[in-house]
Amino acid sequence: MILAVMIGVLLIGGVLCWLSAQWSAAAPKWIALVASLLGLGLSVYCWVHFSGPELRGPWFIDFRASWIPSFGIGFHLAMDGLSLVLLLLTFFLGVLAVLCSWKEIRERTGFFFFCLLWTLAGISGVFVAMDLFLFYFFWEVMLVPMYFLIALWGDTRRRYAAYKFFIFTQAGGLLMLLSILALYFIHGQRTGSYTFDYFSLLNTAVDPSASKWIVAGFLIAFAIKLPVVPLHNWLPDAHSEAPTAGSLILAGLLLKTGAYGIIRIVLPLFPGDSAAIAHWAIPLGVAGIVYGALLAFAQTDLKRLIAYTSVSHMGFVLLGIFSFREIAMQGTVMQILTHGIGTGALFVMAGMLKERLHTRDLGLMGGLWTALPSMGGVFMLFTMASLGLPMLGNFIAEFLILLGTFLVSPVLTVLASGGLVLSALYSLRMMQKVFLGPVRGGTAVQDLSGREWLLLATLSVSIVALGLFPQPVINLVRPVVRLLVSN
Amino acid sequence: MLGYIPALPFLGFLVLSLGGRVLPRSAAAVIGVGTVVVAALLTMVVGIRWLQVPPVPGEYNLLLWNWFTTGDLSVAFRLRVDALTLVFVFIITFVGALIHIYSTAYMKHDRDHARFFACMNLFVGAMLLLVMADNLVLLYLGWEGVGLCSYLLIGFWYEMPANCSAANKAFLVTRIGDTAMLIGLFLLYRQLGTFDIQTILQRSPHQFLRGANDITLIAFLLLAGGMGKSAQIPLQTWLPDAMAGPSPVSALIHAATMVTAGVYLIARMHVLFLLSPQAMAATALIGGITLFVAGCSAMVQTDIKRVLAYSTISQIGYMFLALGLGAWGAAIFHFFTHAFFKALLFLAAGAVIESLHHEQDIFRMGGLRRRLPLVFYTFLAGAAALAALPFVSAGFYSKDPILWYAYSARGGSVFLYLLSLAGAGLTAFYSTRLVVVVFGGEQRTPVTEKPGKVMTIALVILAVLAVTAGFIEWPRGLFSRFLEGVLPAPVLKDGLPSEGLFQLIAVAVTLLGIYSGYVLYRRRQEVLLRWRQSARIRAVRLFFLNGWGFDALYRTLFVRPFLFISGINKPDWLDWLNKGVVRASLTLSSLLSVSQNGSLRWYIAGVLIGVLFIITLQFFL
Amino acid sequence: MTPIGANTVLVVAAALFVLGLAAALTRKNIIFILIAVEVMLNASGLAFVAAGAKWHQPDGQVMFLFILAMAAAEISVGLALVLQIYHQHKTLDVEDLKELSD
Repeated sequence: MILAVMIGVLLIGGVLCWLSAQWSAAAPKWIALVASLLGLGLSVYCWVHFSGPELRGPWFIDFRASWIPSFGIGFHLAMDGLSLVLLLLTFFLGVLAVLCSWKEIRERTGFFFFCLLWTLAGISGVFVAMDLFLFYFFWEVMLVPMYFLIALWGDTRRRYAAYKFFIFTQAGGLLMLLSILALYFIHGQRTGSYTFDYFSLLNTAVDPSASKWIVAGFLIAFAIKLPVVPLHNWLPDAHSEAPTAGSLILAGLLLKTGAYGIIRIVLPLFPGDSAAIAHWAIPLGVAGIVYGALLAFAQTDLKRLIAYTSVSHMGFVLLGIFSFREIAMQGTVMQILTHGIGTGALFVMAGMLKERLHTRDLGLMGGLWTALPSMGGVFMLFTMASLGLPMLGNFIAEFLILLGTFLVSPVLTVLASGGLVLSALYSLRMMQKVFLGPVRGGTAVQDLSGREWLLLATLSVSIVALGLFPQPVINLVRPVVRLLVSN
Repeated sequence: MLGYIPALPFLGFLVLSLGGRVLPRSAAAVIGVGTVVVAALLTMVVGIRWLQVPPVPGEYNLLLWNWFTTGDLSVAFRLRVDALTLVFVFIITFVGALIHIYSTAYMKHDRDHARFFACMNLFVGAMLLLVMADNLVLLYLGWEGVGLCSYLLIGFWYEMPANCSAANKAFLVTRIGDTAMLIGLFLLYRQLGTFDIQTILQRSPHQFLRGANDITLIAFLLLAGGMGKSAQIPLQTWLPDAMAGPSPVSALIHAATMVTAGVYLIARMHVLFLLSPQAMAATALIGGITLFVAGCSAMVQTDIKRVLAYSTISQIGYMFLALGLGAWGAAIFHFFTHAFFKALLFLAAGAVIESLHHEQDIFRMGGLRRRLPLVFYTFLAGAAALAALPFVSAGFYSKDPILWYAYSARGGSVFLYLLSLAGAGLTAFYSTRLVVVVFGGEQRTPVTEKPGKVMTIALVILAVLAVTAGFIEWPRGLFSRFLEGVLPAPVLKDGLPSEGLFQLIAVAVTLLGIYSGYVLYRRRQEVLLRWRQSARIRAVRLFFLNGWGFDALYRTLFVRPFLFISGINKPDWLDWLNKGVVRASLTLSSLLSVSQNGSLRWYIAGVLIGVLFIITLQFFL
Repeated sequence: MTPIGANTVLVVAAALFVLGLAAALTRKNIIFILIAVEVMLNASGLAFVAAGAKWHQPDGQVMFLFILAMAAAEISVGLALVLQIYHQHKTLDVEDLKELSD
C-alpha cells in the first residue's frame, strides 16, 4: 500500500501544481517540494523499517490489486532491497531537483513542476512494478513529461534534443512492448493462463530461437536507456540542452532505469541467454568506458562533457552486471547510487554556472575559484568522485566492479582500468578549464546562496558517507544480489 | 590513542576547509599547525612506550570500523603499527610539524592561507593512513589521497597556467602507476583471496613458487606503482615540474614523505619481492639508472629547486637500489636521514628565495654567506649530508652502506657498484656547486628581507638532525636492530674483500666530488667559460637539463597522439548513423510529397487509376 | 416497338459515365468539372434504373430519386464554394488553385 501511496503522492502533487499555478506563482514550487519530501519521508521510513535483521526472503513489500483481469493485467507492486535503494535515490534526487529549479524556471512553472513530478512518479513506478504491462505503462509515463521538460524549458537546441531523446527511447520502448507481448502469448499458449505478472512469467520455458528475439527486444530498450555505446547518441544532446532539474533527473535516474531493467527483467527471466550475451556485453562495456572518456576529454561544452562522463561510468555498470559475480553486482548497485549523486551534483553545478555566466562554453570560463571558492571546493570534491578517488563512493563501486570482473576476464579488466587514467584526464581538464587557470569570464559573480549550499552540502555528505560507510547499502541489497548471481 | 594520530589532521582539514575563510589568520595557523604538532607529540609518546615495553606481537593494532564486506571479501579500516610504520609515522609527523611551523611564516602574506593548511593537513592525514594501513585497500586510499593533495598543493597558486599543468602532470603520471598497482592488487586477491597485508606476507611463500610468472607479474605491478609515486624512471617526469608549488610543499611532499611512499610499499611487501628475483633485479637496476640519470641532470640545473628535485629523484634511486639488493634496513635508514636533510635543504632554499624576493636562478644569487649566515650554515649542514661528507653528516652513515651492498649483496654487481659510486661523486659535485654558487662569490641580487625566527628555528632543528641522525646507526646499529623484526637482513655474497676498503673508496670519491665542485665554481671559473663555448658540451648540457629528453619523448609518444585521437572524434562519428536515418526519411518524405501538388486533376486521375487497379486485381485473384 | 434491353441502357450509362469522366479529367474550368460530375452522377442513376427495370424492382428508380436529391444538394454547395473561390482568387482555372499542396 505504501508503494502506491508514494507514487500517488507524486501524481496528485503534480496535478495540484499545475492547477495552483493560476492562483499563485509560488504555490507550484512549494507543493512540489512538499510532495517530494513526503515521498522521501516514506521511503526513509521503509529503509529504517526494513534494514533490520535478515528477513525471510528478498522481498520486503508485496502489493497486489486487480486492474484489467480479463487480459491478465494486475496492479502489482513489490519492493526488495534493490528497489528500495533506487526509490531512496529517486526521491532524494527529486527533492534536489525541485530545489534547484526554484529560481531557474520563470514561465509556466505549474506545468513544469507537473512534468517533473510525473516523471518522478513514472520512474518510481518503473522501480516497483511487478506486472510487465504496468512496467511498460510507467516506462511511458516516465518518458513523455521528460520530453516536455527538455522541449519547453531547455537551452538553444532543445527541439532537436527533445525529439532525438523521444524517438530513441520510444523506439526502444516499442521493441520492448513487442517482447512483452511475445512473452505473454508464449506463456499463455504453454500454460493456458494469459498473464502479464512478473512472478508468473519467471518460469516460462521459451524455446531458444524465440527467446533470442524476445531478449533482443528488451535488451535494445534497456541498452538505449543505459546507454550502451553505439546507441548512446541521444544522451549528450538531451543532457546538455535540458534544464538543470531535467539533467539531474536524466543523469541521476533515467539512466538507472536501463540498468534496473536489465537486472530485474533480462537476467532472471532469461538466464541462459544472459550468459550468452555476456560474451559481447563485457567488451561493449569496456568500449563504452574508453569511448565515453575519450569523447569527454575533447568537449568544449561543460554539460556535454559531463554527459559523456555518464556514458563512461555506465560502461562500468554494464561490465558489473554481466560478470555474474556477487562482488561485481554489489559494485554495480553502488555505481548506480554514487553515479546518480556524483554526476547529478556536477550537473547541478553546471546549471548554477550557467545561471551566473550565461554560457556553457569552457573557453569562456577560467579562474573561477577566486570568485566562487565554495562552489570550487564542492566541484573539486565531485571531480575527484568522478575519477574514483577512495574515500568517496565511486571508488568502492569501481573497485568492486573491476575486482569482480577481473575474476572473470582479466584482459578486459585491464583495459577497463585504463579507463581510470582516462577519467583522471577528463576530470582534471574539466576542473582546470572552469575553476583554475587565469581569471576569465565573470568576476562579479556570486558564490553559493543558502539554498544552493544546502543542495550541494547534502550531495557532498552523501557521497562521502557512501565512500566511508557503504556497508548499509551492501547489506540491503545482499539478498537480491545473491539470488541473481546464483542463477 | 593510536587512532588520534591520523584523525587529528583530518579534523584539521575539515575545520579549515569549511570554516577557513571566516577564521582569522592566526586561528587558522594554530589549527593547521596544532593538529600536526599534537600528532607528533602523540607519536613520540607511542614511540617511547614502544621502546620501554615492546609489544609482544611486534605491533599495535586498532580496528576503526568495518569498511565493506561482500561475499568472501572483507575490508576494514584497521590501523597497524609496527617498527617500520613507526619510523615512517615519526618522520611524517615530526618533519611535518617542523614544516608546518615554518609555513606559518612562509605563507603569512598569502591570500589563501587557510586553504594551504587545510590541504597540508589532509596530506598528513592521508600519508599517515597509508603507512598505518593494515590492508592494501586502505593503503591504496592513502596512496590516492596523497596524490590528490600533491595535485592540490602543486597547483596551489592556480592562477598561473604553468602551475596547473604541473599539477595535472603529477596527478596523471602517478595515476598510471596507481592503476598498475591496482591491477597488482586484483592479481593478489585472485590468488590469495584477501587484501590483508600480514596474511598476504605469511601465505605468499606457500602459495607462490619462487621466480614464477604470477608472483613476478604482481611484484612488477607493485613496483610500477612505487615508481610512479617515487618518481623513478620512467615515471619521473612529474617531479621537477612539481617544484611550481610553494617550498614547504616541496619539502614535505616531494622530499620527505609522499615520494617515499613507493619505498614504503616495497619494503612492506618485501616478502613478495623476495619471491621474485627478476623483480628485485629490476628494482635495483631502475634505482641505479635513476640515480645516475638524475644526478647528471641535477648538476646542470640553474633553478635552485630543480637541482633539489633531481637530487631527490637521485636519492630515492639509492633507496630503490638498496631495496632491490635486499638491503631493506639500509634503504629505510637512508629514507630516515634523507627526510631530514632534504626537507632542510628545501626549507632553506625557500628562505633564500623569499629573502631574494622570489629569485630562483642560482646564477643570480651569490654572496649570501655574510648576509644570511644562519641560512648558510644550515644549508651547509644539509648539503654536507646530501654529499655524504664523512663522519660528520647523517648522509654518510646511510649512503655508504648502500654503496657497499651494491657490490656485496647477492644481487649486487660491479656495474651497480660503479653506477652508485659515480652517483655519489655527482652528488658531492652538485651539492658543492649549489653551496658555492648560492652562498659564495659576489652578491648579484639584494636581500630584501631576512627570514624570521620561526623559519630559522625549524631550519636549525633540521640541521642538527642532519648532522646527528646518523649516529643512531653507527657504531651500534640501533636503527637496524629496531627494524629487524620486520625487515630481514641483506644476504651477502661469499668471499668478499673487507668493507673498509670500499668505505675508503667511497670517501675518496666524495671528497673528489666536493673538491672538483669547489675548484670549478669558486677558483677556476674560466674553465667553465671555456666549456660553454664548446658546442658538443653545450648539447650534452642541454640534454641533461631537459631530464634526458623524457618529456619530449612522452609528448611525441603519448600526448600528441591522444590529443589527436580525441580531437578527431569530437562530433562523435557514431551519430552519423542517426543523422543518416533522419536524412533518409526526410528525403523519402520529400520524394513522396511530389504527389501532393494541389492539382485537382491529378487527384481525380489518381482515384481513377486506383479504382482500375483494384478492378483488375479482382480479375487476377 | 421492340423493348430496349437493359444491357443496352447499361452500355449507354457506361458511355455517359466515361464521357463525364473524360470531361472531369480534361476540363480546366471548375464549373465544367462540376457539370461533368453531374453527368457521371446521372449516368450512374441511369444504370440503377436499367438494373431496376431488369429485375422488375422499384428500387432502381428509388435510388435514382436519391441520387437526384443528393446531386442537387451537392451541386448547390459546390456552386456556393465556386462563388467563394471566384471571389477570392478571381479565377476559375483549376490549374491556378494549388494552395493545398506540400
